[in-house]
Amino acid sequence: MNIIVCIKQVPDPEIPPVKFQIDPEGKKVIPPDGVTPVISVFDERAVEAALKLKDKYKAKVTALTLGPDSAKAVIRHALAMGVDAGVHIQYEAAGELDSFGTAHVLMKAIEKIGDYSLVLCGRQAADWDAGQVGLLIAENLGIPVVTVAKKVDLQDDKLRVESVIQDGYHVMEVSMPALVTVSSEIGLSRLPTGIGIVKAARVKIENLSVEDIGADIPEARCTELIKLYVPVRDIQCQIIEADTVQESAEELAVRLREAKII
Amino acid sequence: MAECKGVMICAELADKKLCAITTELLGIGRILADDLGEELSVLLMGSEVNALSQEHIACGADKVYVVDDPLLESFNSDAYTEVAANICRQVSPSIMLLGQTDMGRDLAPRLAARLGGGLAMDCIDLSIDPETKLMLQTRPVFGGNANAEMITRNARPQMATIRPKTMSALEKDDSRQGEVVAMEAGVDSSIIKARIIETVQEEIEGIKLEEAEVIVTGGRGIGSAEAFEIVRELANVLSAATGATRAACDEGMAPATIQVGQTGKIVGPNLYIAIALSGAVQHLAGCSGSKHIVAINTDPDAHIFKVSEFGIVADYKEVLPPLIEKCKALMAE
Ligand SMILES: Cc1cc2nc3c(=O)[nH]c(=O)nc-3n(C[C@H](O)[C@H](O)[C@H](O)COP(=O)(O)OP(=O)(O)OC[C@H]3O[C@@H](n4cnc5c(N)ncnc54)[C@H](O)[C@@H]3O)c2cc1C
Ligand SMILES: Nc1ncnc2c1ncn2[C@@H]1O[C@H](COP(=O)(O)O)[C@@H](O)[C@H]1O
Repeated sequence: MNIIVCIKQVPDPEIPPVKFQIDPEGKKVIPPDGVTPVISVFDERAVEAALKLKDKYKAKVTALTLGPDSAKAVIRHALAMGVDAGVHIQYEAAGELDSFGTAHVLMKAIEKIGDYSLVLCGRQAADWDAGQVGLLIAENLGIPVVTVAKKVDLQDDKLRVESVIQDGYHVMEVSMPALVTVSSEIGLSRLPTGIGIVKAARVKIENLSVEDIGADIPEARCTELIKLYVPVRDIQCQIIEADTVQESAEELAVRLREAKII
Repeated sequence: MAECKGVMICAELADKKLCAITTELLGIGRILADDLGEELSVLLMGSEVNALSQEHIACGADKVYVVDDPLLESFNSDAYTEVAANICRQVSPSIMLLGQTDMGRDLAPRLAARLGGGLAMDCIDLSIDPETKLMLQTRPVFGGNANAEMITRNARPQMATIRPKTMSALEKDDSRQGEVVAMEAGVDSSIIKARIIETVQEEIEGIKLEEAEVIVTGGRGIGSAEAFEIVRELANVLSAATGATRAACDEGMAPATIQVGQTGKIVGPNLYIAIALSGAVQHLAGCSGSKHIVAINTDPDAHIFKVSEFGIVADYKEVLPPLIEKCKALMAE
């Protein structure tokens, strides 16, 4: 079984909000100084889902990314976690593509890699939070899709996927090839091991351009960003400070009661 | 290409009733349609749902396209996508709105792909630009650190999903008049490639998060599943629902079903008590609609204090026991 996992490099989404800065003119996020970009969280979980299948059955896992030169780093990370191969579609202006453009290029890359049974994506990328690309790739490839998976397994020759819904989950059955988007409920991902890192360094990442895979970047984007701004929050917090913590706690209850909040 | 006109919303039902999101979609849809001077229609997919048409009209719709078919009994992505695409091709709406729900998250991108439309997910505001008459779509990005305003210039329909609880429903008016149009589904079960073979409900004990007036949420700082009990205890005293951050769920302190946030539940209680959680933007995305936020955290610089009305800087283990006792006493008065 061949599995392709689409992974994206994003600015660290868990930096303290005070460190988050944008350039409103350029409608861009300014990468915070000294903070290394990371593999998007759900994509890391998608790698984990692929590796779980590899552990259990025989599978070859290929990590695929579209991004500038720096995006190689997420492929290295996935290799260190245990994937077998990496493909980097190098495109410096990848950040300017909208979801439709991105999905088109990734679809072409997946076709170029070929012979796949399963494509895994994150449920949404931790930068623009679009949550579209996986579904768009599936539509482009004309393969079935299951979203927000918390478990991906095989049953006979089909996929069994637990798909998270409001208050529970669906157990879904789907033939392959298929695309599945993965959510954090799948569980924490394994950490790269020392041996993994050494092994990863020896793997040659396949570097391709958008021309190599025959993708044509659409000139007119479907969706266009016209403004980017940081919303203002202007709440003054009243910190309750009594002589002891116990008194503070009681004071809090009293204030909430007085304000008729409880 | 036929001229695209009008606003259409995709209705969502639960137990043969309109979901809150449907009335919210109708509320914002009505505003957009009026600004454009165009029609607001509903795509109503389901089985034996005809009787619900009038209620959609009462909540703001001019026209309801009903696709009544046993195959559409409950949401199935493959069938719903195909049917919705068929109807959209016939009606050619200029704007198509869905909810950012299990259904909308799945259906909207697939529909956009098939129709060649443009799509903005998880919008918290929609309006019509007075000059261009295009739909302005505002959506949080980077977990909520920033907001982006997007447009779809040429592609049609201009599609968006809306975040629950961000748009207001209209006052229901049973005297409103509208038209009901029956449409053919035109599909059979062979269209379904991803089959639901079982649905597992993981009922949360007690009050539902989405409906709760008070929510008590614990974060990673709680430390363990055992320690989480005291969070539930405070919740019980306040007749509140219990929530958790993703970090707390990831580490097994609480079930994933009670995760609040951008990728968990979106809640809007009157009171939200945030305990031992830092206030990551992705978490706040799910609870910033709360009327009053209270934070308990050992770190005075924790971001949660920036969005809270009241705070205590201390170890929750010391705060909660007296807080629980005092609340009990006050509530008994
Ligand atoms: C794309 C994306 C989507 C996400 N979606 C969600 C989501 O839906 N929901 C969500 O919650 N998160 C989500 N996250 C994760 C989010 O970024 C944070 O990692 C998470 O919310 C942190 O949880 P926390 O506040 O419990 O943990 P931490 O950030 O580790 O905070 C723990 C806090 O507890 C305090 N503390 C420790 N001990 C004590 C004590 N004894 N008493 C009092 N205070 C104490 C600490 O000072 C600290 O502030 C998402 C992230 C990404 C990238
Ligand atoms: N540039 C990219 N390279 C590789 N995968 C991507 C890229 N952009 C998006 N994806 C995949 O698509 C998922 C959803 O992305 P999005 O629709 O942008 O939120 C991500 O979690 C990734 O799995």
